[in-house]
Amino acid sequence: MFISTALFDTGALPRESATWTSSPPPPEARRQGVALNLQSVSKSFGARQVLHDVQLELRPGEFVAIVGRSGCGKSTLLRAIAGLETADKGSIKLGAGNLASSIRIMFQEARLLPWKTVLENVAIGLPRSLNAAAATLATVGLAERADDWPAELSGGQRQRVALARALLHEPQLLLLDEPLGALDALTRIEMQQLIESLWLSRGFTAVLVTHDVQEALALADRVVLIEDGRITLDMQVDLPRPRARGNAAFAALEQRLLGRILKQAPAGADIAAAA
Amino acid sequence: MKKQSVWTPWVLPVLLIAVWQLSSQLGWLSSRILPEPWAVAKAFWSLAESGELWVHLRTSLWRAATGFAIGSGLGLALGLLTGSFRSAETLLDTTLQMVRNIPALALIPLVILWFGIDETAKLFLLAVGVFFPVYLNTFHGIRSADQGLIEMARSYGLSGWPLYRDVILPAALPSILVGVRFSLGLVWVLLIVAETISAQAGIGYMTMNAREFLQTDVVLVGILLYALLGKAADLVSRGLEKHFLRWNPAYR
Repeated sequence: MFISTALFDTGALPRESATWTSSPPPPEARRQGVALNLQSVSKSFGARQVLHDVQLELRPGEFVAIVGRSGCGKSTLLRAIAGLETADKGSIKLGAGNLASSIRIMFQEARLLPWKTVLENVAIGLPRSLNAAAATLATVGLAERADDWPAELSGGQRQRVALARALLHEPQLLLLDEPLGALDALTRIEMQQLIESLWLSRGFTAVLVTHDVQEALALADRVVLIEDGRITLDMQVDLPRPRARGNAAFAALEQRLLGRILKQAPAGADIAAAA
Repeated sequence: MKKQSVWTPWVLPVLLIAVWQLSSQLGWLSSRILPEPWAVAKAFWSLAESGELWVHLRTSLWRAATGFAIGSGLGLALGLLTGSFRSAETLLDTTLQMVRNIPALALIPLVILWFGIDETAKLFLLAVGVFFPVYLNTFHGIRSADQGLIEMARSYGLSGWPLYRDVILPAALPSILVGVRFSLGLVWVLLIVAETISAQAGIGYMTMNAREFLQTDVVLVGILLYALLGKAADLVSRGLEKHFLRWNPAYR
């Protein structure tokens, strides 16, 4: 599916959307993904075990979505990969060695520094690369907002700044912790297209945590389901890109995955709410 | 709604002064209780002309500025220290919290015994009073810095001084400025009392001296000066907030 973004941003940001939907990948873009290997990763908070012996292997440049109900441990797994939590047991290996600097994470909230301008926010950690930051800001379509304060942006624009901030570091592995969860439905579809196009042009490895099955199927090569801290499903998504949500194969896959998640539901009330 | 004129806030004060002037002229108010506004204005003018007013004003301003600088400087330094390091908090905070509950003005007898009645005593009182608002707000500001932002900054490779300068300090700044603003108001209150203990110059001295000679008009000049200085201090702190917190829509 490829909805013209001008449809959503009527008049407000026409130039921005044009920048990232139609521009060819930058010439300097290179295939920069790394492999990721998780061996029996376990983690508990106090008496509660959140992750049980998680095994997961990602090829370089692969896009994997981790889905599951709230509290299933998917965010903890992502934070463990990012090094924000330390696993009690098991190993997390990235590529050949352990290159912490090439992992970047996008949080559910944009987490922009409100006292720095948009451009300075993108350049955080690399304050001498303001030119590169401006170029990256242009790839997410916010070039002309460089000197604004984050408080002046909309929620979707803030997440685009956060995305530019992550991409400036040329990450080999990009971790996305429900970054689109707080956005409205239309902005979310726009952001999904933006993330997909940047992933296609830059080729980093991506791990997306989400509770939105449709989002997982729209973006990922593989969908991994976590239930009670265990991986209970690892499904290849062989749909051609760009993926159309209305497509019959897409809908069938979505039904299957949703059915699989809801089967585990403990109470009838939950099913009603989720459906 | 009708657009309010810039002069609207001044209608009530002007009206009050007019009523005051009228009741003095008609003899309803004895000039020993409250002199007429015109007499106050004349007293202000003659004090200004003789240069006496400026001597007192300069002395008071110097005391306020020095006392404020010492007290708030120490408050900021210690607040940053205890806010940033748990060990410093464990070591210092209990003591400071105990001292905080002693009203600064209750120290006057002790301060006179320690420092006599010269400048040091006054500056000490001002500094002690101003210290705590700045200290507490700095400590609180550092502690309540958004953990999510700190985590983000760390994961982007910031640590040590850059993390402190770019994330923790700016996050604490709104709270620090609240402390500064509170202290700037407090410093005049303390100064009035400090200058009435014993002094050879200063607005407080001028006021107390005028009381001895029943010069109610000069007493009122002194009181009005404190009001004006307090307002000026408030404007300064608002200016600071406007400049340093311009990223925050609430202060724009």
